Amino acid sequence: MSGTESKPGWDRQGMADRIAREFGEGWIVNLGVGIPTLCSNTDIGDRGITYHAENGVIGYGPVLPPGQEDLHLVNAGGQNVSLNPGAAIVHHADSFGIIRSGRIDVTVMGAYEVACNGDFANWKVAGAKGGGIGGAMDLAACAKRVFIILEHTQRNGASRLVPRCALPVTARGVVTLACTNLGLFEPAGEGFRVRELAPGVHFAAAQAATACPLYGA
Amino acid sequence: MARKSRVLGSFAEAVSDIADGSVVGFGGFAGPGTPYNLTRALLEQGAKRLTCVANTTGGAHQPRLPDIGMLVENGQVAKVVCSFTAATRPTDTLPFTKYYESGECDAELVPQGTLAERLRAAGAGIPAFYTPTAVGTELAEGRETRVIGGREYLLEYALKLDVALIRAWKADEAGNLVFRLAQRNFCPLMATAATLTIVEVEEPILPAGALDPDLIHVSGIFVQRLVRIPPAPEGLWTVRRVERAR
Repeated sequence: MSGTESKPGWDRQGMADRIAREFGEGWIVNLGVGIPTLCSNTDIGDRGITYHAENGVIGYGPVLPPGQEDLHLVNAGGQNVSLNPGAAIVHHADSFGIIRSGRIDVTVMGAYEVACNGDFANWKVAGAKGGGIGGAMDLAACAKRVFIILEHTQRNGASRLVPRCALPVTARGVVTLACTNLGLFEPAGEGFRVRELAPGVHFAAAQAATACPLYGA
Repeated sequence: MARKSRVLGSFAEAVSDIADGSVVGFGGFAGPGTPYNLTRALLEQGAKRLTCVANTTGGAHQPRLPDIGMLVENGQVAKVVCSFTAATRPTDTLPFTKYYESGECDAELVPQGTLAERLRAAGAGIPAFYTPTAVGTELAEGRETRVIGGREYLLEYALKLDVALIRAWKADEAGNLVFRLAQRNFCPLMATAATLTIVEVEEPILPAGALDPDLIHVSGIFVQRLVRIPPAPEGLWTVRRVERAR
């Protein structure tokens, strides 16, 4: 976690907390690996959320501490989770049937880039021959909402919110909301609409860190 | 004539006739359902030019158990069909990645839901289907799409297997299978897509009739061979995965 304290705005858990507060009553939620997983740590009260994992574990709960885990039970990130009351297990084709038939209310994923036209890229890095798709393309194409959590800039300062993706896209025109350490941003055609800025972040600073126009908060 | 038993005494015997050039599917996802013992036997058996079908080639976590990456390292694999040729996190490394990037082993990268459905289709007698997944991406370039009801879909073909290697919790002598929790994942799909399904079984193999017919996940119609996993250390069992320090 070194270095995160010095960045302005939200840290990793702060971004996850902010996204989790967007979840509606009774939603079916799929969390990708990395920062999105942290959304399940957020106390958002009892909203009756069902967490769906690609491997057919539907209704999983918190990660169990060492010694208490069941080695037959993992979520899509390979974490040894628990099951909430009402949980069910289905096979992989049924799990993705749930995804493709539009029953996932929101998928939360990480990404390398989000474009203001709603495209995003998260499966292949520059110069690589292959990549890691996993369930991302199915989820991105078919979930009702696609929320992306990502650092606002790369290590070299380049914006991850871009006019058009330079990397191969995961899906086109699907991103509903992007949460960065600087705030909440909605793809809005030729720029991003600022829904909210993180505490201590000023509009001018967010605009300076972004490769396309921001529209007022 | 005595009826041939599905229950075999060793993993080596169960995989002995897997031929060079076979298309072999592997069940499992992040541990549960992964046929570690059958994979180890296939490493020792030595079949070559295999096409291996699985969600991933494995090997991103420690301790490492027998996986497709090891078959690749052992020179047994021509091609892999999977949803990851690299790790999800760019900071993790799959042992397989360098073989693919260098051209030593071919790969077909398939979205996970498409992979599952291609296997399901093969086991269901469906030759092809249209899916919304991957439309507009690099994976769809030059391929057949069709607009149905105003939305564009990509044509995908069924993926048949010569052999499926899977792991189950319980089985009976009729070949019926029951999985426990996240063990199910791709295993039923691999079994139905394959001509020959070989299962490593965790619990003692029961006489026919001992499993409740209403609670069976895969019919014995799809299962040809069963091997009981011996206790550790002779048998390989799922172990707790060590999370990468973050």
